[in-house]
Amino acid sequence: MRYAMAIDTKKCVGCSDCVVACQTENNVPIGYCRDWIVEVTDGTYPQLEIELRSERCNHCDNSPCVRCCPTGASHYEKGGIVTVTHNKCIGCGACISSCPYDARYSHPEGYVDKCTFCIHRIGKGLKPACVAVCPTKCMYFGDLEDPNSEVSLVLKKRKHKTLIPEAGTKPQVYYLI
Amino acid sequence: MNCLVNSSCNDQYSNLMSHNRRDFIKIGAIGSAGLLSAWKMAGASGSLQGGATPSQSSLPNAPFRTATYCEVCFWKCAGWIYKNEEGKIQKIIGNDEDENCNGRLCPRGTGGVGMYYDTDRLKTPLIRVTGADGKQTFREASWDEALDVVAEKLQKIKQEHGAECTALFTHGSGGHYFGNLLKAFGSGNIAAPSYAQCRGPREVAFIATFGAGLDSPEPTDIRDTRCLVLIGSHLGENMHNGQVQEMSDAIDKGATIITVDPRFSTAASKSKFWLPIKPATDMALLLAWIHEIIYNDWYDKKYVEKYTSGFEQLKEHVKNFTPEWAHGITTIDPSVITETARAMRDASPAVIIHPGRHVTWYGDDTQRLRAVAILNALLGSWGRRGGFYLPEKIEVPEFPHPPFPKPAKTWRDAMGGKYALADLALASGVCDATIPNPEMGCNIRAWIVNGTNLIMTLPDEKKTIEAIKNLDLMVVVDTMPMEITGYADVVLPECTYLERWDDLRVVHGRKPNIALRMPATEPLYDTKPAYWIAKKLAEKMGLGDYFKWDKFEDVLEWQLKQIGSSLDEMKRIGVKVFPRESGPLYFEEDMPIEFGTNSGKIELYSTVIAAEGFDAMPVYTEHMTPPPGFFHLNYGRAPMHTFGRTSNNPNLTDLMDENTVWVNPKVAKEWSLKNGLAIYLENQDGIVTDFPVKVRITERIRFDSVYIVHGFGHNNKKLTRAHGKGVSDSQLISRVLIDPIMGGTGMRGNFVTFRIAKESEVKS
Repeated sequence: MRYAMAIDTKKCVGCSDCVVACQTENNVPIGYCRDWIVEVTDGTYPQLEIELRSERCNHCDNSPCVRCCPTGASHYEKGGIVTVTHNKCIGCGACISSCPYDARYSHPEGYVDKCTFCIHRIGKGLKPACVAVCPTKCMYFGDLEDPNSEVSLVLKKRKHKTLIPEAGTKPQVYYLI
Repeated sequence: MNCLVNSSCNDQYSNLMSHNRRDFIKIGAIGSAGLLSAWKMAGASGSLQGGATPSQSSLPNAPFRTATYCEVCFWKCAGWIYKNEEGKIQKIIGNDEDENCNGRLCPRGTGGVGMYYDTDRLKTPLIRVTGADGKQTFREASWDEALDVVAEKLQKIKQEHGAECTALFTHGSGGHYFGNLLKAFGSGNIAAPSYAQCRGPREVAFIATFGAGLDSPEPTDIRDTRCLVLIGSHLGENMHNGQVQEMSDAIDKGATIITVDPRFSTAASKSKFWLPIKPATDMALLLAWIHEIIYNDWYDKKYVEKYTSGFEQLKEHVKNFTPEWAHGITTIDPSVITETARAMRDASPAVIIHPGRHVTWYGDDTQRLRAVAILNALLGSWGRRGGFYLPEKIEVPEFPHPPFPKPAKTWRDAMGGKYALADLALASGVCDATIPNPEMGCNIRAWIVNGTNLIMTLPDEKKTIEAIKNLDLMVVVDTMPMEITGYADVVLPECTYLERWDDLRVVHGRKPNIALRMPATEPLYDTKPAYWIAKKLAEKMGLGDYFKWDKFEDVLEWQLKQIGSSLDEMKRIGVKVFPRESGPLYFEEDMPIEFGTNSGKIELYSTVIAAEGFDAMPVYTEHMTPPPGFFHLNYGRAPMHTFGRTSNNPNLTDLMDENTVWVNPKVAKEWSLKNGLAIYLENQDGIVTDFPVKVRITERIRFDSVYIVHGFGHNNKKLTRAHGKGVSDSQLISRVLIDPIMGGTGMRGNFVTFRIAKESEVKS
């Protein structure tokens, strides 16, 4: 089992629905977020291109945040999901500094928080809240080890990339380009 | 915070199934028993007195969801409100059965919870009072007292001037109740800015051409289209949910998208062709496209012959509108004009020249939308798969009430015979009819304003305020302290859509469907639903017979019974889809069709527009260009906001809390503007924005234009998150170009220049 996400930059309109759906699903306090939108514009008027993408924790195979956590709060769950056990977290922030994607934030209640791939939902066969809400259906989620999962199928079919692969973290959020 | 806490209020059945047996027994003990009773319980508890559900404390751990449809925009997507274990509203999830959203709300719908939790909400009725020092303030009042003031003043105006001297401005669900109140009272002045300030010209143009308007949601068959043409329409930034979803499907299927916009919009970035047109020249491009399609024989001959009239006249009319001619006007390369016309032909009839929604731009908007309609007709897309489908709506009878009296006069009498083709009231016209004018026989003296912040929704803020100063009474019914409330004599706080019953949502679509809205919780503060306010006012004015029901559920139950459903069923399913009865979704071969026009045909040459003394076929009119140092003021939408109504919503301001002014890098260099620099904008009439706005330097905007997102720059300090954030485009729209055919208010003829703000004025 290896959970992964694929996000189609050709369909994403950058509406931020994934951000607000995550906030209401996971009680993320106003002013914080577990996922966010990035817009990259290239070129000169009128020869232009935009890449829009929804970013979050990459649930890396080789996660610096897990390695550097002094208490073991940051750890791998089944399927490679990286989560933080809140009551084990001392809020030291080492993981925040170690993450090349800036995917973690310090929750006002004193622990570090981030995307969990909505682990509480996927256990029940639901999709992560961001995937379920996306009006453009630009996000795919599933088990990479299952060749018939929607994420495996779309990655087989489409050209894709990961973010900052040179960091060597083996990220598991893929962007269809 | 613990993510697992939320698991008990998760989506639908899977969640219910995951609940342990004890929870079910608990629920069963309150309701009847078994799985379904959990839903019935949800419904039954909602039908207690007062039109609200009991607090959730009586239902610990209930897998509780409440049917609703969204009120954050006009798309009205149906969804479910979920609560957390403490019984508090936590999230809103789309209803899978709803064609408007297919189970996926947009960011505003998802963030609708913020409307409920916004602590800046209007909390109690307010009455304007003048102190001994002459200073006017609002005094908190009871509902009874506030409604007495309104009822007495309305009665007085009726006695002294006639009931026709009152008007309603409305946006959203409350319009029906207050509309009925006004009609019962004797006035027909019921206006929504969504017409003359938005989609009106489109409706008139399509009615003139096809004998049918587009209404909402537009019956564009985007999911099956092979070519989608967007003209200044920025789907994806305007989150017209179903359309955005279908555009994404169309991208998946490889449809060609053609976007015409001086700005590199999100949609433009998804397009095969982006035409970076010179602002205000769209008509020339449309005429050149018509020329190419006719003179290259690219039109659907069979369709044109069978269904249309006036083809030969049109052919002659567009003879000289060549791509080369259009190039000089639009700056679009002639070969691109031809190539894009060919792409439309290649997809025909699965092609949509999208009519857009906010189309009040330059004052010749009905004619521009006529050109859009004509193009669609030539390509045979109306009534065809991948073009425009034939929508159907279920007729839900009105709850019985006595017939309305005929108003002695209406807003039309104040228009001097103009705008005869307007099929709905003009909000701007009603506003004009409020300012005394010897030529107008009618001077409106009272406004009820529900759910529309006229200060921002009508152009020419100064004129709106002048009209308001002539009123004897203004009542504002809203959930938020919008700018308009500051001018009211009486403010009536409405509860949000999550706290109230409302009329069934009855919209047209591929299949007829209805959706239920019921309260998930008691209203916060001393707020009330619009239906309750209208009924109480009616009773106080002796018009109670028009609202002859005890609870609003009685109305719904009665209506649902007429169409073979029930409130119990609707509480359980939220959305009910009915089978089509009007026939197929698209025209079929040899189907005899009579269009609702004078000729019974699709009118390429419009007899009804000609009869009013206007051009029967669209012509190009040159519009003003900005003087040196000035730029076209273009404005639009951001996906996480609905006009100005969401700009204080805590969840949505978290995504975007101010607008920026988009400036091309070349312009920025010339003016020494830096990213993030806060500047003021000044328009051609010397109007300077109340607040500064930050510069966003981007290649995405043309050198002769700037762009701002509409709905920001609120100046009411009671909107604590929105106040002073960004600028209001409405404030800068002081030149209004009136559409002579239907009275629409063209707003894109305004130009702005930059004023560098003083350091001390820059908001941190």
